[in-house]
Amino acid sequence: MLARQFDALLRAADADGGVEFDGLRVAREGGGDAEDGAAADAGGYTFATPAHEATGLSESELHAHAEGSPYVTNWYFWEREVQRHDSPRRAFLRRAEAADEHDAAARHEALGDGMVTEWGQLRIEATLSGDGDGSRRYDVRHVDDADRAVADLERHDDPLGARELAKYDYDGMYRPLKTGANMPTGWAFHGLDWRDAVETVETLYPATVANWYREQRGELDIDHWTDTTDRQTGIYGVVSELPREAVEWVAEAACDDSQCVKRREWQYSADDELAADGGTGAFPCREPCSLVIAAGRKWTKLEEEEPREYTFRLTPSEKEQIEGVLDAVADGRVDEIREADVYEDANRYRTRYLRAKLFDDHGNLGGVPTDPEEHHEAE
Amino acid sequence: MSQALVIVAHGSHLNPGSSAPTYDHADTIRAAGAFDEVRTGFWKEEPSLREVLRTCEADEVYVVPMFISEGYFTEQVIPRELRLDDWDVADWDSDGLSADVATYTAADTGQTVHYCGPVGTHGSMTDVLVRRAESVTNDPDVGEGFGFAVVGHGTERNENSAKAIEYHAERVRDLDRFDEVQALYMDEEPEVDDVTDYFTVEDVVVVPLFISDGFHTQEDIPEDMGLTDDYRTGYDVPAAVDGHRVWYAGAVGTESLMADVVLERAADAGADVGAAIESVRETTRVAPGADD
Ligand code: SF4
Repeated sequence: MLARQFDALLRAADADGGVEFDGLRVAREGGGDAEDGAAADAGGYTFATPAHEATGLSESELHAHAEGSPYVTNWYFWEREVQRHDSPRRAFLRRAEAADEHDAAARHEALGDGMVTEWGQLRIEATLSGDGDGSRRYDVRHVDDADRAVADLERHDDPLGARELAKYDYDGMYRPLKTGANMPTGWAFHGLDWRDAVETVETLYPATVANWYREQRGELDIDHWTDTTDRQTGIYGVVSELPREAVEWVAEAACDDSQCVKRREWQYSADDELAADGGTGAFPCREPCSLVIAAGRKWTKLEEEEPREYTFRLTPSEKEQIEGVLDAVADGRVDEIREADVYEDANRYRTRYLRAKLFDDHGNLGGVPTDPEEHHEAE
Repeated sequence: MSQALVIVAHGSHLNPGSSAPTYDHADTIRAAGAFDEVRTGFWKEEPSLREVLRTCEADEVYVVPMFISEGYFTEQVIPRELRLDDWDVADWDSDGLSADVATYTAADTGQTVHYCGPVGTHGSMTDVLVRRAESVTNDPDVGEGFGFAVVGHGTERNENSAKAIEYHAERVRDLDRFDEVQALYMDEEPEVDDVTDYFTVEDVVVVPLFISDGFHTQEDIPEDMGLTDDYRTGYDVPAAVDGHRVWYAGAVGTESLMADVVLERAADAGADVGAAIESVRETTRVAPGADD
């Protein structure tokens, strides 16, 4: 405990109501209405924790009780440093050490070894600063880098630096969706104070803390598919015409846990739930994002077409190969398929072979034109 | 009472560079320390316009659109997405160039939102266009013996966009600094394709009034002006075109002095920015002969 921390504790104990926080109770007996100094002499201080209570303490006795008490440094950290009662940031930091579940002394112990929580693909480890003042330090990195030494990772200190590092995926491709399940690995923010820890998370996953907090309080303002598409104008005005059934496919295509770490809370409408899985993410998705709306525009146009019947002749293995290629592309596995692994449907040689066999000179599958009219004209 | 600045911009799902100027100017203003919080929000990126206000703790928020002109985004999309339910474009009382500020309460957060006009129509934007010319020529006194062209979309997309181009061209002309000044357009006359026809002086600085570099400023305009046959191979600055030397500056929005325009917008709306305007003007200055 630092001198200024004890001074702050004394001031708080002398004030109305004293201190009552996370199991710690410190007050000056007789309340705050007596003359300055007189009450301390008369009634003394009370210092109480779940394990221990002492009353009638002089200032120096109070100091002796407070010294080394994790309850006191815990109080100081939350009530004098973080403050921000009823704010998303505070609630998020409390979550990082499961403050609602464990008492201050137990947390002090656990923080010594580090307390880990996950947030999307982020692993957040809370520890004590080591200065004996109870202030916390945070390490933020990719969950897949849990076991790697900080020295092996690209070290960052500035929360805004997170913007650049999360802009591209591991292969250097632009990530248009910050909560896409393709956060690159190999970096760490280490030794952050609480402000920078929240700011780093906020930079990597914008607005997720605020929305999670609203959800915790039962105040998440969900805009369902119809709410969001009905308010679109301009080129996105058409998206509200996408059939109900296609919205299921949109959710399955884009919002699955394998694609996006948000937990989809929006449905087709307030009283019409989608069957697609919303996922298990730590934080909610409160409305279809701009990426889904932009893709929805394309799907709306595609769904306007009427199906036609085409006749192709394929061997059973060829049919299965086409299915296998679709799966490989949809699951993002194409880059993993080895050049000589001809047992894989989406292997490059296998697909080139199939194309050579099945396409005509105009790129038509099985020589069947996409538009039947085309065929007649060609003849 | 704490105050926040929120810069809102278009952003992109495809172009990673689209958000860069917005981030850069936000960082410059953050460093100047005038606001308790400086945040950014995007139509196509995150935080979305819909959710950016809830990322601010402040009760008083100044929202500055990183857009070139008044139009669809500033009049419809942004106020709707920010949930400024009482928004009425008439509150800006604008002739298409004069929007300054209108104040509302955001329906979801209860914050007081001072919704400012776009950066592109602010008078100080003219200074940024000129600064861009200084940057691209690396000459803080550039003017004499030089022509100056400001380029925009034409009226096809938005009538006010052409107004903004005219407005700044006129203001640059009034400075009497460049020998010749011309407004040019991508999709109407006078066309940027014919840039050299509009100047008699040999050296011409061309500055597109765009927020960020992308398809138009990096591919279309360089090819249209004949700086290159294929944008992928790049182009020289200056480039020789029809006996002229064309100094193509790229999007004005990437110029660091843009941070000043953002600040001025907020200051005009009543934000207490202290000495930040002077400090930003100073830190973004072009050092004379920086290459020497
Ligand atoms: S709409 Fe779907 S993809 Fe977009 S952020 Fe929400 S859950 Fe993720």
